[in-house]
Amino acid sequence: MSKSREDGAKKDQSMVIQKEMIANHYKRLERVPETREPVVYTFVPGNLTELVRSFGALPVLPEINALQSGMRKKSGDYIAEAERHGHSEDVCTYVKCDIGMIKAGNIGPTGTRLPKPDLLLLSYTGCYTFMKWFELLREEYDCPTVFFHVPYQGDGILEPEHREYMVRQLHEEVIPALEKATGNSYDEDRLKEYLALSARSEDDLVAVLQSAKQRPSPIDAYFGAVYYVGPIFSAFRGTQEGVNYYKALRQEVEARAAAGLGPVAPSGPMGEEKYRLVVEGPPNWTHFREFWQMFADEGACVVASTYTKVGGTYDFGFRHDPADPLGTQADYCGGCYTNINLPGRIDMLVDYLKAYEADGFVINSVKSCNSFSAGQLMMLREVEKRTGIPGAFIESDLVDPRYFSAANIKNRLESYLQMIDARRAGLSA
Amino acid sequence: MRSVIGIDLGSTTTKAVILDEAGEILGRGITNSRSDYDLAAAVARSEAHTNARFGLLAQAAEGRVKPSQIARLMRAFRLEQTLRQLVRLRELVEEEVEKSGFGGLKPAAASAVAEIFKRIEEEERAFFRNLDPPKRSDFFRDAAGSAYTRIAEELGDPQGVSFDMLLGLYDKCIIRVENEPLDLGFRDHILAALKRIGSPEGLRGAVSMAAETELEEVSTVGTGYGRARLPFPKEQIRSEILCHGLGAHRMFPGTRTVLDIGGQDTKAIQVDDRGLVTSFQMNDRCAAGCGRYLGYIADEMNIGLHELGPMAQKSKRCVKINSTCTVFAGAELRERLSLGEKREDILAGLHRAIILRAMSLLARSGGVFDEFTFTGGVANNHAAVSALEKLVHENYGEKTLNVSPDSIYTGALGAALFGHSLEN
Repeated sequence: MSKSREDGAKKDQSMVIQKEMIANHYKRLERVPETREPVVYTFVPGNLTELVRSFGALPVLPEINALQSGMRKKSGDYIAEAERHGHSEDVCTYVKCDIGMIKAGNIGPTGTRLPKPDLLLLSYTGCYTFMKWFELLREEYDCPTVFFHVPYQGDGILEPEHREYMVRQLHEEVIPALEKATGNSYDEDRLKEYLALSARSEDDLVAVLQSAKQRPSPIDAYFGAVYYVGPIFSAFRGTQEGVNYYKALRQEVEARAAAGLGPVAPSGPMGEEKYRLVVEGPPNWTHFREFWQMFADEGACVVASTYTKVGGTYDFGFRHDPADPLGTQADYCGGCYTNINLPGRIDMLVDYLKAYEADGFVINSVKSCNSFSAGQLMMLREVEKRTGIPGAFIESDLVDPRYFSAANIKNRLESYLQMIDARRAGLSA
Repeated sequence: MRSVIGIDLGSTTTKAVILDEAGEILGRGITNSRSDYDLAAAVARSEAHTNARFGLLAQAAEGRVKPSQIARLMRAFRLEQTLRQLVRLRELVEEEVEKSGFGGLKPAAASAVAEIFKRIEEEERAFFRNLDPPKRSDFFRDAAGSAYTRIAEELGDPQGVSFDMLLGLYDKCIIRVENEPLDLGFRDHILAALKRIGSPEGLRGAVSMAAETELEEVSTVGTGYGRARLPFPKEQIRSEILCHGLGAHRMFPGTRTVLDIGGQDTKAIQVDDRGLVTSFQMNDRCAAGCGRYLGYIADEMNIGLHELGPMAQKSKRCVKINSTCTVFAGAELRERLSLGEKREDILAGLHRAIILRAMSLLARSGGVFDEFTFTGGVANNHAAVSALEKLVHENYGEKTLNVSPDSIYTGALGAALFGHSLEN
């Protein structure tokens, strides 16, 4: 192990905590056949973790399994397996990775077997493919499904009637389905308790993400932050473990900020912060470290990203509110990044470019995800127009290793950064 | 004389441009990018030096000899270079015959090889004597390969030393010739070339001056697909996107939009009034519709790359082609031929398909603005230029379309300009 790697590992204690939390969760899932704990599958955007947990159920998030499989170099084989079962090359690769994993024995990314779901809880927040994905899983597992419809913010606002509509669904459909699947009754006090824990984690997460306003930024708010949002986007929102993790993470980041240190990239602490960038779109998972290192090698630090808002947007003030346990979950779901319309996404990017004093922005357009990619070029032009800052456009995929061309991405990124250099030299001349 | 050099290490060809202290172009050089990128860069650099020295020579000899004499000297120089490479190729092929398991056929193989090289050499000498020679590729691999293949086909005997055996020898050895640093520079061959044209009085002094001038390289900047392979410090490596923008601006100062179609990249670039890039788009990892695609089509049709454009321009009825996938290029071509379509009509369709793909990138980068400059190897293809002119007119109205005969050097020129600005 290189010295720089050791430094990196030592400084990222929170990573150790997180790894343990995740491993324990998967172990607990593996023991389900003996413990008989109920299991609810749900997706990251609009996940109702506190509610699910309040019924004593364990959440499983298929996209997290898919992206973890991508990071652990297993997704290529899973996708090939799904394609052997007739899924075409153009189908979302998260879906194929998940289906392939199930067909290959349903061994999760950490090497433990995943339990069957007692309920598929589909919280619909803008991704049409999620519906089809759960239809496929329903075929696979022959289990009950409940559909929670979150109205899309087509006009950029969540109206009171949208909120009422969602709360009514929670009362009339989601809660009864959870009661039936778990055999437990709805316990609002417990839910409130969990929501309060969520709000504490959210405060700490926002402090961590906003630390990037400092120069140099102590964190990378895209590559680094996908680890930071991991617990809150998956099974740990509303848990004491989550609260502990975010407290530790915040202390760690604040210490880095106080010491004037930059982020730790895969090959070690990053050098001088030469470029501050905002990124739109999900990362590529199959070559995640290589992708990050391309930025780090150039001294490019990501100071804000939209992807880290797919499982909840907290940096504009929203917090889970225990005083309104169902209404707050409606607000949360409506505000997830996937549920925000194109003008809303543009506003967010413009806001980030200004608030984080960024030099530029990069759109990573992923082949798999039309929910993300459709309209991104229009967004690029509009953000350029409103800020006067040119953007870059790169293309890859979520978990299909065939769609990652290192040379092509490196070329575009380097060209873009050199373009920023030329622009700086030109502007100062 | 102090100079700066820009090297564009492309996927198909490697180009070099030398600038003098004032930033004026002294010389250009090109070679095919072989498996050894370092050597490709060295050859392109040497060729650019040769071209620069011919430029100095022409200046010195101005008024003393006719321009046609300088052109003849240049062709004599090329002949000397070719003969040098032929000698090496022949040595290697003969070694192969000796080593190979031809058994009883060895004498026959040796005699076929001797005959092939004798004829190629004769053809090369005749090509030099021809006052109006046909257009052909400048690369030794192409010229020698096409002659070797043709003669081997005539001499090949299915019962004895077959065509395939002879071709196998060539394939094995040409790569080695290309990857050996041969003495092909100006100083190595200029005196022999001068002698070959009878050492005209007015040229001798100019030749000595050109050979003796020192071209001190004070800065080198690399760009292109293989730029990471160049042994230069980071600040001397520039993205080809920026280089194409700057190079196009130098060639045509009114340039606002640049389209570059290279071997495996297509780029749409917008530049400001100083040639600085403001926006760009390029193809994704798939090289569909790039120069390499035309290369495959030429191979499929068994014709030279430079013959594709003229053939497409004979078309009266452009066939609609849907796919520009390089992998399926051959299949698409054969399918169309089997449907009875004419070769020229299919080729016209293929050129249009390539340009349609480029139009999509142009739109993504922000559109086409006046003036519009087309660069890269494909800009040498008149059928591609015509298709582009037509589609730009249909989509964006009247625009000035600039195509330089030296468009293939745009990236190297931009790199040299960056080098020049580093020095100043």
